[in-house]
Amino acid sequence: MELLLHSFFNLGILQQAWPFLLSGFWMTVKLTLVVVPLGLAGGLAVALASTARSRPVRWLLIAYVDFFRAFPPLVLLMFIAFGLPFLKLDLGAFGAVALSFLLNTSSYYGEIFRAGIESIPRGQYEAARSTGLSAVQTLGYVVVPQAVRNVVPDLISNTLEVIKLTSIASVVALPELLFAAREAQSVTYNATPIIAAGIIYLVCLWPLVRLLSRFEHRQIAVH
Amino acid sequence: MTSLERLADTFFNVPVMVQYLPKIVEGFFVTIELALAVVVAGIAAGLLLAVVRAFRVRAVNFCIVLVVDVLRALPPLVIIIAFYFALPTIGIRLSAWVATWLALALVLAAFAEEIFWAGILSVPKGQWEAARSTGLTFLQTLTEVVLPQAVRLTIPPLTNRTIAITKGTALGAVVAVGEILYQAQTAYSFSYNPSPLLLGALAYLILFVPVVYFGRWIETRFAWKR
Repeated sequence: MELLLHSFFNLGILQQAWPFLLSGFWMTVKLTLVVVPLGLAGGLAVALASTARSRPVRWLLIAYVDFFRAFPPLVLLMFIAFGLPFLKLDLGAFGAVALSFLLNTSSYYGEIFRAGIESIPRGQYEAARSTGLSAVQTLGYVVVPQAVRNVVPDLISNTLEVIKLTSIASVVALPELLFAAREAQSVTYNATPIIAAGIIYLVCLWPLVRLLSRFEHRQIAVH
Repeated sequence: MTSLERLADTFFNVPVMVQYLPKIVEGFFVTIELALAVVVAGIAAGLLLAVVRAFRVRAVNFCIVLVVDVLRALPPLVIIIAFYFALPTIGIRLSAWVATWLALALVLAAFAEEIFWAGILSVPKGQWEAARSTGLTFLQTLTEVVLPQAVRLTIPPLTNRTIAITKGTALGAVVAVGEILYQAQTAYSFSYNPSPLLLGALAYLILFVPVVYFGRWIETRFAWKR
């Protein structure tokens, strides 16, 4: 018990590590605020483009989505972080993370938005168009708002996964929460910073998990 | 050298690729082995937890919900790192393979439990009562009546979640499990040439493109009627 307290819940170590953890935490917040909106916008763009009439465009988008869904995000990140500099394209750690997240999450968000758009009956387009709305207005005012409402639980679920995924940025030395915790651990020779980082993730993300759990039960109970 | 040749020399360096291909193939099988072990253990544990939860013992269910929530809220990489770097400090030493396997299997178990439980809840109460009144025991009702219906509903979400988590095997590279990404990364740092990374990326595509298509097929095959 004493060993457990000393190794995992060591207040002295926590005090030393706290400034690191805090700056790591803010980096994680910053990263989230960049990659989630980017992914949402990219995903919506992919989904809207897949409503195009042209077949090659649709096939190309399906290929894009499947390609990036088949890639483990960490593999994509490493490829971009270590491969692109050879093309004289050094984005830095933050840029590499943002680009790989954009490619990865836009294909997941894209699939979600696509399912939402497909859930809107054809008749709504026709009705909207026949009242004189343009195609863009129909999408913007009629289809997308309803489509988004239909897939809110999936969007939240994916966003939770994206936030958790920001921890892989530690692998390319972006100083976010997990990276800060590992640095503090290797300096102090004590696992408390890692446990503390886990607790910080837990405190921040638990409300989302609870919310999702309620959505899921309701969703499956309806069927 | 033209710039195109330089590009080929950098990303498609044949000698480097030939040299490290055996390593990548080795990693390919480690990834498959790890992924299968995670899927089997995770889904079995998830189903078991959901069945235990169906007995509706308050204290037990509280613990299950708590553990499941924690596993859903923590990033898998944090769990792997905690298992591999933190547990030894209290005397529990896990190999990198076991730490990765255990972390991913627990995460999958948590998601699977939630999905199975939602499936169990979706079976109307009347079916429980009807089955019990024909003389089936509680356990018989669960396994013969409720689960067969529940599992069908759970197949699409469970498949998607399972695919997402098996891709997490790449996280094992961080603690030096010799899977595809680790081999590719090691080869890259030895040769200082990104061709092995490309090779590793190809290996993942060969492995996971069919899996993604399988997931799509399952989704249409077992589509929920909306």
